[in-house]
Amino acid sequence: MTTTYRQALTDALREALDRDERVFLMGEDVGAYGGCFGVSRGLLDDYGPRRIRDTPLSESAFVGAGIGAAIAGRRPIVEIMTGNFSLLALDQILNNAATLRHMSGGQLDVPLVIRMATGAGRQLAAQHSHSLESFYAHLPGLRVLSAATVADARGMLWPALQDPDPVVIFEPIALYNSSGESRGPDTVTDIDTAEVARPGNDATVVAYGGTLHTALAAAEQLAETGVDAEVIDLRTLRPLDTATIVESVSRTHRLVTVDEGWGRVGIAAEIAAATAEHAYYDLDAPIRRVCTAEVPIPYARQLEEAALPSAGAVVVAVQEVVS
Amino acid sequence: MTESPAGAVPGRTDPGRRIELLRQMMRIRRFEERCIQLYSTEKIRGFLHLYIGEEAVAAGLLSEIDAQDAVVSTYRDHGHALARGIPMTALMAEMFGRSTGCSGGRGGSMHLFDAQRRFYGGNAIVAGGLPPALGLALADVLTDTPHITVCLFGDGAFAEGEFHECANLAALWHLPVLFACENNQYAMGTALRREHAATDLALRAAGYGMASWPVDGMDAEAVAEAARRAVQSIRGGGGPCFLEFRTYRFRAHSLYDADRYRDKAEIEQWKARDPIERLYGQLRNAEIIDDRGYAEIETAIDAEIDAAIVEAEAAPLEPVADLTRHVYAERQ
Repeated sequence: MTTTYRQALTDALREALDRDERVFLMGEDVGAYGGCFGVSRGLLDDYGPRRIRDTPLSESAFVGAGIGAAIAGRRPIVEIMTGNFSLLALDQILNNAATLRHMSGGQLDVPLVIRMATGAGRQLAAQHSHSLESFYAHLPGLRVLSAATVADARGMLWPALQDPDPVVIFEPIALYNSSGESRGPDTVTDIDTAEVARPGNDATVVAYGGTLHTALAAAEQLAETGVDAEVIDLRTLRPLDTATIVESVSRTHRLVTVDEGWGRVGIAAEIAAATAEHAYYDLDAPIRRVCTAEVPIPYARQLEEAALPSAGAVVVAVQEVVS
Repeated sequence: MTESPAGAVPGRTDPGRRIELLRQMMRIRRFEERCIQLYSTEKIRGFLHLYIGEEAVAAGLLSEIDAQDAVVSTYRDHGHALARGIPMTALMAEMFGRSTGCSGGRGGSMHLFDAQRRFYGGNAIVAGGLPPALGLALADVLTDTPHITVCLFGDGAFAEGEFHECANLAALWHLPVLFACENNQYAMGTALRREHAATDLALRAAGYGMASWPVDGMDAEAVAEAARRAVQSIRGGGGPCFLEFRTYRFRAHSLYDADRYRDKAEIEQWKARDPIERLYGQLRNAEIIDDRGYAEIETAIDAEIDAAIVEAEAAPLEPVADLTRHVYAERQ
């Protein structure tokens, strides 16, 4: 069934609310407004204000409230408008959500799900456009997911809610209007392993979130020139499924990582390091990273486009490693 | 600041409960005095934030809530944990970093946890416990359970954005939270008048639409009475309450603090209002207790502490092989 990424998220929320009375949604504008990206439109009417809760603009308070409710056995889904704003709640996410289990000697489960929009592409300038996945993937105690496809937008929420640990799900802003195949209510995403989105033999291209589509577009262009690229969708950024990457590189002997985050000290850097540690002798070429330029994301269209990883840049990187 | 909620509240506590308040305060103080000794011999490490002088708040406040109510504490948490009923053996073992400690040796003095007793830290980020306290209370609302959440924090936390976000949200959502502000006059080394533009915290909290009033935090019975009124109001559906307990820590911020920022005379003034001596004097005048009775309580407390130390010394260390346990839930 073809649907939009936005609708798939809405479907996932409805399923979760229907399946488990402990589930509730809270965040800025999720109720009366219908969600600033339209994801929760209609939910307030159908589930009422006890379960669909508009919050003040108080990221730290409502994310922390989600933590407390999770500890007390509820299953909160907290929506943060964009990853940039999540920094106002970073203390709660890092010092409480990710830390309480360990600091309490294993006494506390924090079964919280935090959804946040991420990424650029709409000329919204720096404070609405950053991809901060690597900040969260850095934190032990969190599970960090990125839904790159319509199927995963539908299929990730339920397993995330079943997880006894706090889960952060990133939703690329650029994908809300996109369409794709939804696998329906009973097919859940495997949030432990990366997925081979496109099999290939000549090079491994690792991507996630919005860059999955960049990588797939590049692979199509490369196919026309006779280069057969394998594209991996990480799906889970922490814990990282290194095995799938290493297995792929051991066959293709070449690695390009694509990341809408900044390259240095980021996820692409982690993948490169993990591959060098575990598959160094399988590599036939230096690893290449295609990431966002090391600038705050600019407003002007041509500057924003130039800052972001493009299919063209991925094509060039793959051609370099296979040459 | 608002008037404390009206209504029938039981009168002064009966003799048995007054003695129990005294005993609890003595227990907290003796425990910490022994902790100082253990710290100087390096049996206890890390930061040690002492509660000495503030015992009336923990003893009075936590005597007025039920076992099913939730408590969120700060890094100055020994008194709160003891008054909540966490066994002293589990606390001392945690101070020693042992596997039998109430946080398995991973928390230490600042991070005491006991999920079974609904004691949720021990939070060392100033005001960091306030947002989760709202969620604990929200969970009770969502399940229609009549419990309340007591959230302890200091005057320093009142200056953080978290307090103001949380006061607004709790009042907006009518959450059953008792905001228990322990105003001990100093945010670490910064005096109240140097950290707050307006120093009447209860008055400011009232601006969020909560019942809010100041309490003599050196008087355990006044604390208990205020807590009783607040708890009754919250359980009756009155929404959150804010109590500003005006108190004082007799010791420095932590044992690392040279305490150069306040006058000796000021400390002596507050020590003249020592909550233990005060209640003991009243009970002795009322012939509820005498010196012998006081000494008997002290002897029993010392025996409890001795036993906790012996047990902590003998307790096993958490194996280093278990370092990475409890980062994520253990899966099949």
